[in-house]
Amino acid sequence: MKPAGSPALFHQTVAALAAQLEARQLSAVELMRAVIARTEAVEERVQAFNSHDAADALAQAAASDARRAAGQARGPLDGIPVGLKDVIAVEGQPLTASSRMLANFVSPYDGTAARKLKAAGAVCWGRLNLDEFAMGSSTENSAFRTTRNPWDLERVPGGSSGGSAAAVAAGEAIVSFGSDTGGSIRQPAALCGIVGMKPTYGLVSRYGLIAFASSLDQIGPFARTVEDAAIALGAVAGHDPLDSTSVPVEVPDYRAELAKRRGPWKLGIPKEYFGAGLDPEVGAAVEAAIGHYRKLGCQVREISLPHTKYAVGAYYIIATAECSSNLSRYDGIRYGHRAAGAKDVVDLYFQSRAEGFGAEVKRRIILGTYVLSSGYYDAYYLRAQKVRTLIRRDFLEAYKEVDAILTPTSPTPAFKRGEKAADPLAMYLSDTYTIGVNLAGLPGLSLPCGFTRDGLPIGLQIIGQPFAEAELLAIAQAYERDHDWVGRHPEL
Amino acid sequence: MNYEAVIGLEVHVQVRTKSKMFSRTAAGYGLPANTLTDPVVLALPGALPVMNRAALDQVVKAGLLLGCEIAAVCKWDRKNYFYPDSPKNYQISQYDQPICAGGSVEIELPGAARNVMGEHKRIPLTRIHLEEDVGKLSHDAGGSVIDFNRAGTPLMEIVSEPALRSADEAFAFLTALKAVMIYGGISDCDMEKGQLRCDANISIRPAGEAKLGTKVELKNLNSISFVRDGIAHEIRRQLAVAERGGTIVQETRDYDGQTGASQSLRSKEMAHDYRYFPDPDLMPVRVDEAWKARLRAECPELPFDRQRRFLERYQVPYTITSVLVPDRELGDYFEEVAQLSGEPHLAGNWIINTCLQFLNDGQLAGVPDLRTKIPPARAADFIRKRAAGAITSAAAAGVSSAMLTGTASTDEIIKAQGLDARADAGELEQWCRDAIAGNPKALADFKSGKESAINGFKGPVMKAAKGKADPRQVDETLRRLLAQA
Amino acid sequence: MSQVPDLDLDQVARLARIALTPEEKARFSAQLGDVIAYIALLKEVDVSGVEPTAHAFPVSNVWAEDVAQPGLPVEAALRNAPARRDNLIAVPKVVE
Repeated sequence: MKPAGSPALFHQTVAALAAQLEARQLSAVELMRAVIARTEAVEERVQAFNSHDAADALAQAAASDARRAAGQARGPLDGIPVGLKDVIAVEGQPLTASSRMLANFVSPYDGTAARKLKAAGAVCWGRLNLDEFAMGSSTENSAFRTTRNPWDLERVPGGSSGGSAAAVAAGEAIVSFGSDTGGSIRQPAALCGIVGMKPTYGLVSRYGLIAFASSLDQIGPFARTVEDAAIALGAVAGHDPLDSTSVPVEVPDYRAELAKRRGPWKLGIPKEYFGAGLDPEVGAAVEAAIGHYRKLGCQVREISLPHTKYAVGAYYIIATAECSSNLSRYDGIRYGHRAAGAKDVVDLYFQSRAEGFGAEVKRRIILGTYVLSSGYYDAYYLRAQKVRTLIRRDFLEAYKEVDAILTPTSPTPAFKRGEKAADPLAMYLSDTYTIGVNLAGLPGLSLPCGFTRDGLPIGLQIIGQPFAEAELLAIAQAYERDHDWVGRHPEL
Repeated sequence: MNYEAVIGLEVHVQVRTKSKMFSRTAAGYGLPANTLTDPVVLALPGALPVMNRAALDQVVKAGLLLGCEIAAVCKWDRKNYFYPDSPKNYQISQYDQPICAGGSVEIELPGAARNVMGEHKRIPLTRIHLEEDVGKLSHDAGGSVIDFNRAGTPLMEIVSEPALRSADEAFAFLTALKAVMIYGGISDCDMEKGQLRCDANISIRPAGEAKLGTKVELKNLNSISFVRDGIAHEIRRQLAVAERGGTIVQETRDYDGQTGASQSLRSKEMAHDYRYFPDPDLMPVRVDEAWKARLRAECPELPFDRQRRFLERYQVPYTITSVLVPDRELGDYFEEVAQLSGEPHLAGNWIINTCLQFLNDGQLAGVPDLRTKIPPARAADFIRKRAAGAITSAAAAGVSSAMLTGTASTDEIIKAQGLDARADAGELEQWCRDAIAGNPKALADFKSGKESAINGFKGPVMKAAKGKADPRQVDETLRRLLAQA
Repeated sequence: MSQVPDLDLDQVARLARIALTPEEKARFSAQLGDVIAYIALLKEVDVSGVEPTAHAFPVSNVWAEDVAQPGLPVEAALRNAPARRDNLIAVPKVVE
């Protein structure tokens, strides 16, 4: 029985719901029914999901209730509806990458993230929309549908994990997971007014994540609060022998660590991130947030990340090179879309890929193929990897002086559908604040820090030291504790 | 104009491991189609590679056996190209930092006669690296079909310098390489099972010229003999082109071992641009001294080294070593028996003639079975008794057969079979007298100084003795009697 | 490299095995031309003596022991196959 005046179940946090589930005030099936009902009520407008299976979700919820009744509840995520970006493999569920190429693909295996979430008792609820193959910053590149920003249905939710962000903002999932290669969790989190986090590269296994750029991709959580993000991250973090790039580090109890870390901290503000192109309202909200940290006793100083302006260029060389190779497997031979009437196998490749991939994916494959091709490798790929070393060094130098770095997440709030779609370069440049973090392999989090006059969310990015997620979450929570952006919900 | 042929070989050897190179599904051959797959093998969305540690051990061992430099650090690269048998449409391989560099293979060319050792040469290698195998593409009435069981199996690519000069040398190279791989337990190199594959690069140039001629790549050489025949054919073809003043075209040709003809493979629309780059999914490999030392300790003696040692130390004939050496376990067995018995010649002969017969006709299941049924100590005891004459050559076969079943000692077997060669002295004396009496001509020849006439008596004595007489005793007895006659 | 190298779109699309329509070629040519011009910015960085980032956290010898584990049953392996004959993946005839 929920206390009078409390928010609807689908707007509550994992922490609050877990307490009610544990106290038997609520059952997982009831919770799942509430989330399903909410989804049915708003999904036609939000379009966050590629697919969902209510019957399957309720069966998972019932299993959770049975576990709890038997005294075998598995932790705070047991029975919680968790949405998954449609690039995270769950056995028996569709795995489409929002692409025609995989429109009918059903995964025969669980990736590690799915396996761990199931082990935590989470209800794997639905397949969330994204920019096709995670390539984009607005979710407009999905082959199936355009997800709308719940705060303003004419605007984009950000991308590429737009569906994952919109679902949590709209109450269609309690938490969700996305993937972040150049900002694809943090930017949609900012545009949708929720918390989104990209862990340090290597913290979360990529086994079962459809690869976009292997050296940049990470799975990470979307949540309404920092505490929820800590819980969600803890469920999937940790070394995985199936991922050679996964790092053998001790994974602390992130939620428990929050209470132990109170600061104050030394925070850096990179001057290169506050120049031209930054929307004044976004700038003002971020400045206000920085001011709040000062009030909390943090030392805030200006730092320089001198190679910032090369980040987008380096990224688009490295990421497209890697993805051009990672997407070669999508050829219609063993699975995926196969063109009809191909006269021979060579024709089959050309036609299946032409029909299966959307324009942005094709562009990036072409660009990546080009930068790796004979005669261009040294000038582009090799050079970009060296510039990447310099970008990483900039951050590590800064970390000799500061504990974390604060920046805006996105230079603008959510833009209108279609506004940037015709100009790929403009779209790429909107990643400018998030992209360096992936190149350097660092953890980054976006936290709501205000709204524009038009009611659009604004996000503050906090960038942490390698494998210092516990500290990063604590810094975020210090701000969150004194603000109630999370209490505001989109009107749907 | 005198031309010389210049040949380089690119050999792919499947490494023997339990699981695949980048995932832990079992490696295997001959199993039902597509039963040895997993998300990594099939390149499903989200799959990632993880190195097989044993495959690395095997390639380092191969490098040590072949005298290569083992790289202190090496990495993995993606070789990007599209083909239906290649699930990822890139192959994980090693481009500019292979695990082994240099090294060489000692080869033996055919000798003048069967029992004479041929000329030995060392063929330098360029490199050895590890990569993964692809699936098996076959054609049927409806089109083509693919079985991915083989995909992902660890494969060593061994590249020789263009240092071979004839088809015979190429044959010798592959034979020798195969022997080393088998000795090292690295691969069985069974070409029928696809465990060894070879492409050849062949060019010709005027004798004495240092610059290489245009090379032609020969593919689809399905047996070591076809490699030799295909290369010989291609050399002849190139010579014919040169002799009529034509130009040799750089191309890939397909050799048909059955017909003995080759043809140009449909040239691809463009040259391959493999767009190599370091594989971001895999970490580099560092081989330190401790690792090398551990594997060095496991390295067996090389086949030719063993052969030379057997020849020198045991003075066994070349033909015998040629049979003892290729099977490492058989050679090990020989050596133990030779050392324990002190009679390497007899031991060698017995193994080649008797034991191999048992192996061939199925009475023994393999050399380990030989070792179990006739442990070296038991065999050595038998050999020593042969040497002492306690078992005659005629009796040897019976005793050997008896040793296959049961564990009786040679003495017990001799007694049981009534093979005691020490015939009754009295009986022997009588047989000798009878033989002398029965051959007056031989007696006369012997008395007139013809030594060899004594052999005329030995036959009848042995016949009477039913092979149980000790030849030395027979000789002694005859001479004593003849002296008195 | 003093100017933007030409993007031979036909060649690159062929390497990538994607059949582009004439309209796509025209559009991509312009769009990618802009991107390539932008990424050429990197040439002004002094990278002398800088190692390329191979991996963010350099570890080596990441491997698994050679123990065979069960893989996918053949039905699961082929469940998404566009065409099959018996338990083999079927494709149009491949001309070698």
